[in-house]
Amino acid sequence: MAAPTVTPELDSAGAARRLGPTYAQVVKLSRYQIRDYLRSYRYILMFGLVTIIGSILTLAVGYYRPASLISDPLAFYGTLWGGGSVVVIVFAAVIFGGDAIAGEFQNKTGYFLMGLPLRREAIYAGKYLAALVASLTALAFYLVILVANGLYYFGGSAFPWQLGESVVLAIVYLLAVLGATFLFSSLFKTSTYATLVVAVLFLFGFSILQALVTDLAKIEPWFIISYADSIIGNAFLNPYPAHITVTTATRFMPSETVYTPTVAEGVVIMLGYFAVTTLAGLGLFEREEFT
Amino acid sequence: MTAAAIEVQHLTKRFGSFTALDDLSLKIEGAKCVGFLGPNGAGKTTTLKMVTDMIFPTKGECFLNGVSVQSNRKVALSAAGVLIESPEIYPSLTPYEALEMVADVRGVPRAEWKGRIDEVLAEVKMSDWADKKVGRFSKGMKQRINIAAALVHDPQILILDEPATGLDPRGMAEVRTIVRGLKKRNRLIFMSSHILAEVTDVCDEVALIDHGKLRFYDTLPNILSRFSAGQSTIDAAFSRPLAPADVTAQITSLPGVEGVETLDPRRVRIKFSGGLATQENVLKALAGSGLGLVAFNETSSALEEIYLSQIERGD
Ligand SMILES: Nc1ncnc2c1ncn2[C@@H]1O[C@H](COP(=O)(O)OP(=O)(O)O)[C@@H](O)[C@H]1O
Ligand SMILES: [Mg+2]
Repeated sequence: MAAPTVTPELDSAGAARRLGPTYAQVVKLSRYQIRDYLRSYRYILMFGLVTIIGSILTLAVGYYRPASLISDPLAFYGTLWGGGSVVVIVFAAVIFGGDAIAGEFQNKTGYFLMGLPLRREAIYAGKYLAALVASLTALAFYLVILVANGLYYFGGSAFPWQLGESVVLAIVYLLAVLGATFLFSSLFKTSTYATLVVAVLFLFGFSILQALVTDLAKIEPWFIISYADSIIGNAFLNPYPAHITVTTATRFMPSETVYTPTVAEGVVIMLGYFAVTTLAGLGLFEREEFT
Repeated sequence: MTAAAIEVQHLTKRFGSFTALDDLSLKIEGAKCVGFLGPNGAGKTTTLKMVTDMIFPTKGECFLNGVSVQSNRKVALSAAGVLIESPEIYPSLTPYEALEMVADVRGVPRAEWKGRIDEVLAEVKMSDWADKKVGRFSKGMKQRINIAAALVHDPQILILDEPATGLDPRGMAEVRTIVRGLKKRNRLIFMSSHILAEVTDVCDEVALIDHGKLRFYDTLPNILSRFSAGQSTIDAAFSRPLAPADVTAQITSLPGVEGVETLDPRRVRIKFSGGLATQENVLKALAGSGLGLVAFNETSSALEEIYLSQIERGD
């Protein structure tokens, strides 16, 4: 053979040295996963969805011109970003993460990856990183649509600092939703189930649970993520609502206690979801067999 | 002392109450091809999946170059090229990109990628397809890319599970050529197969398993002599049909010949003892016999007979 030949890997020590650290392998792996995402129908689907959501909102605001929204950037972003970003995030998470692990089993691509000298954690993390980057691009696209509207209505004041804060909070929420998606993806080994469960839970399951907990148990629903994610919209409220508000009783309604998470509390809850789901998902994946 | 390239210790795998692999121990080293032979369901894939940490042993452990696969898959798999269960490749990637991913993750220096990838794609005869999406490829074409992926970092150890799966006869022959080339370059190939011809053709040693149990592991010549009890077999072909009387008079009567089986009117299988000396005399006698000898081959069925006698009937 005339073509050049690499130094053969004659012993494991030398070969291992060439592999480099695990975190570098994670980044490498994620690059190829992202390349796969960019070309797959998923990307088109996700960007199609954001385009549709963005167009509907743009047209609705442009047509009805609700005074409360187009006179105040904070109210504008509070409604459209606060309400819309969480939906975009859940869609992105299921579209990019739903089959991230399950697909490796379903489509037999796992046998290709598992033949490589990668720790199982590196495979999980590399796929997570790729799904995160893909989701972030979708979220950024949504943000661009809103900011374009904002520039049209508010000109120079289209960038309140609260928008920056809220974007950061939305990214933290994305970490948590993706964490849960990956957990279900490795739990079910079937992307359809993972997608369904995450969509149902994050689009209404947790909200229903939260309502039940607050109404029936009358405690602060600090363990429910839909409670925490309200900080993404609340970031635009000025002044920020008090942690606990007790409404005064009226003739028709008894007094009620309303809980609002502080930003710090919300962040901690979301990071908690991220940590727990990721550890659980990793733990599962470590024990899964490619039979 | 350096550790064996592949070592398997008391490897056992149960699926529920079914024992797919039962206490397999093997130690493989050197530069050669070891055939891992057994009928369908014998436990070959199960074994190789444990050797590459795709499934977990119920008992036992596997080592590559002395590194435990079960406790450090990253380092253990670094010196091996692996092809198990005909994987799918991400359909939107091209062969070139898929191989680039392997080279990248395996730490092949970037400057060597192109040369290496071109080389292995040429070896599996897929150069013309390097930049087409894998998604539309046939099973055989994908398998060729999988073989290339196992070779791209020029590994010291190759673990191949039925590499000829999905390939046409030409592809199978090409796989054998690749394996021979690897042996020349001092690589170790551990290759499962249920195809005897493939194993006899390229393997130096054979490990036979059946029903999850290792029957034997030895060099091919040792196996042949051990199980044939001093008997050898030759297939002879003639230009015209043989009369039964001729067979008895001119073949069975030859010194050393212990039996003659008529395969078809023009071909017989001759069993004899006395090794090469007898073989030489039989050939001489047949060539001068006027029976019209046109071919005289060492039978490929020697291993087949051993194989059939060693594996339990599945029914
Ligand atoms: N995940 C599994 N669950 C139950 N049985 C299995 C599983 N995988 C393999 N087996 C059984 O283990 C035996 C060995 O299978 P395998 O190693 O694939 O055989 P082969 O030698 O053909 O590669 C077969 O009887 C097969 O049915
Ligand atoms: Mg098999």
